[in-house]
Amino acid sequence: MDSQNKEVITFIFLVILPIILFFASFLIGRYPISPVDVVKTILSPIFPQLKISQTISTIVFEIRLPRIIAAFAVGSALAVAGTSFQSIFKNPLVSPDLLGVSNGAGFGAALAIILCSSNFIVQILAFVFGIISVSITYLISRVYKAGGILVLVLSGVAISAFFNALISCIKFVADPQDKLPEIIYWLMGCLASVTIDKLIMIIIPFIIGIVILLVLRWQMNILAMGDEEAQSLGLNPTKIRLLIIAGCTLLTSAAVSISGIIGWIGLIIPHMARMIVGPDNRILIPASLSLGASFLLLVDNISRAVITIEIPIGILTSIIGVPLFLYLLKRGYSEWS
Amino acid sequence: MSLFEVNNISFSYGEHLIFSDISFSIDKGDVLCILGPNGTGKTTLIKCLNGLNEIDSGEILVNGENIQKLSFRQISKHIGYIPQSHVPSFPFRVIDVVMMGRAPYLNLSSTPKEEDEQIALDALKALSIDYLRDKEYTNLSGGERQLVFLARVIAQQPDILILDEPTSHLDFGNQIKLLEIVKNLSDAGLSIIMSSHFPDHGFLSSTKVAIMKDKKFIDIGKPDEVITEDNLSKAYGINVNLIEHDNGRKVCVPLETNLKLNQDLFKKK
Repeated sequence: MDSQNKEVITFIFLVILPIILFFASFLIGRYPISPVDVVKTILSPIFPQLKISQTISTIVFEIRLPRIIAAFAVGSALAVAGTSFQSIFKNPLVSPDLLGVSNGAGFGAALAIILCSSNFIVQILAFVFGIISVSITYLISRVYKAGGILVLVLSGVAISAFFNALISCIKFVADPQDKLPEIIYWLMGCLASVTIDKLIMIIIPFIIGIVILLVLRWQMNILAMGDEEAQSLGLNPTKIRLLIIAGCTLLTSAAVSISGIIGWIGLIIPHMARMIVGPDNRILIPASLSLGASFLLLVDNISRAVITIEIPIGILTSIIGVPLFLYLLKRGYSEWS
Repeated sequence: MSLFEVNNISFSYGEHLIFSDISFSIDKGDVLCILGPNGTGKTTLIKCLNGLNEIDSGEILVNGENIQKLSFRQISKHIGYIPQSHVPSFPFRVIDVVMMGRAPYLNLSSTPKEEDEQIALDALKALSIDYLRDKEYTNLSGGERQLVFLARVIAQQPDILILDEPTSHLDFGNQIKLLEIVKNLSDAGLSIIMSSHFPDHGFLSSTKVAIMKDKKFIDIGKPDEVITEDNLSKAYGINVNLIEHDNGRKVCVPLETNLKLNQDLFKKK
């Protein structure tokens, strides 16, 4: 009975945490808005008779809402992709950029920044090159058939290094007055420049990615037992792994395309979630989704509330995340035996 | 028509031939024990039988259907498999591991239902290990973990069970218990193919024994006819005495080979 109570409490925590954070986040920022105004403003499209000021409406809907949704989307995407990768590669040290997606996307963005200044093009090229780099990694691993997962991971490392070199090339030739800082700023990861338009562009890849990973979450458990066992249990490991990689790549590319490279979340959130709910992906994937979304939103709120200058969130996720992670690690972790 | 028929199969890794011209068949309730020295390709053969390796020639028929034409899912409904060794992954609960045995009956978009959990639980009960239900499978002893995998394959409800050296990680007592479980499963109608290092195991639960050596079966048939001093010395390159125990059970005793190594090589320099 005791363990069942614990499960219920965990479940409620994981459902309520993001909801509370969602509403609380509207209160944070340089322009103070009361909780009552926030609720009124959010309800105003449904109940037009509510009287709200134009300023508050603009701040809530055009500044704070896109940023909150972006934090949710990016945090949950990176966390779910990280959890999925750790399962199918049977390795808890894996993060979503294992197969080169981040450096590929970074190259796309850097290329777009030196070619033109359109935010739209930057986002598109980041997304497309994220997918291209993983596709190259995957195709290489198919050429060297015998090695399986090991070859896939190694070609991921290689392609990642290759795109990293290309990024350095672009940095080297970029105009140090305006283009270079822009590239560096992008690579650090930031949610400040997210707009509704950018969010709309990632809706489709985000939903497809999340749905694939949610649907296949039980099969991930079986893949974690190894390819031969998975096959003897009737699964086609190559096919399912490809589907999962595709889902993760859509999610990560979509996330990176609006926020730049935000590290660490895809590695630690899966661990935090596993410490709370255990390794069964049927519960772990939704838990990662909730925790990833909440964590990034929390960090973004801290960055907006505590510090007056805008620090790239990629820096803060590590500065806040590492001590938290080490604290959790100290509390005991049977998996690291 | 036999339940499981293997006709003249051969397999090679690239140019390197592992075995050729192997044929046998088994029926409902049969237990086939494959004996043979290290490195003869028993594991490779076993992986061919359930479609993990693709054979070069010959055919494997399960219920008359050629397994090369069946999908992994279709094969998994007929044939269950426990590999020789398992690299532990995440600390899943025992019940969740056993429930994976239901995968052949669930399509890609679904997760196990209550009835699948019940089948998994029944499998644990059948082996009297339902007390392990909520334990992490990575923290079990070798014997317990082997039973958990057996429970998973029971939940899979196949016609044929293929075990690759099921006793290799078990202690003295657990080995005999496992062979008794195999006997019980075959009495219940399952057909079993297993490989083993120990010729004695051939007498304990098998209805058929095959000895694999030099890329083929050198003999196959009833245990008493195949496990002979002559065959064993051919297979393992040593002399063996067969002794009959008081209760009629036979045991194989390998004789010393009087191996002498050059003692100088072990001296500290």
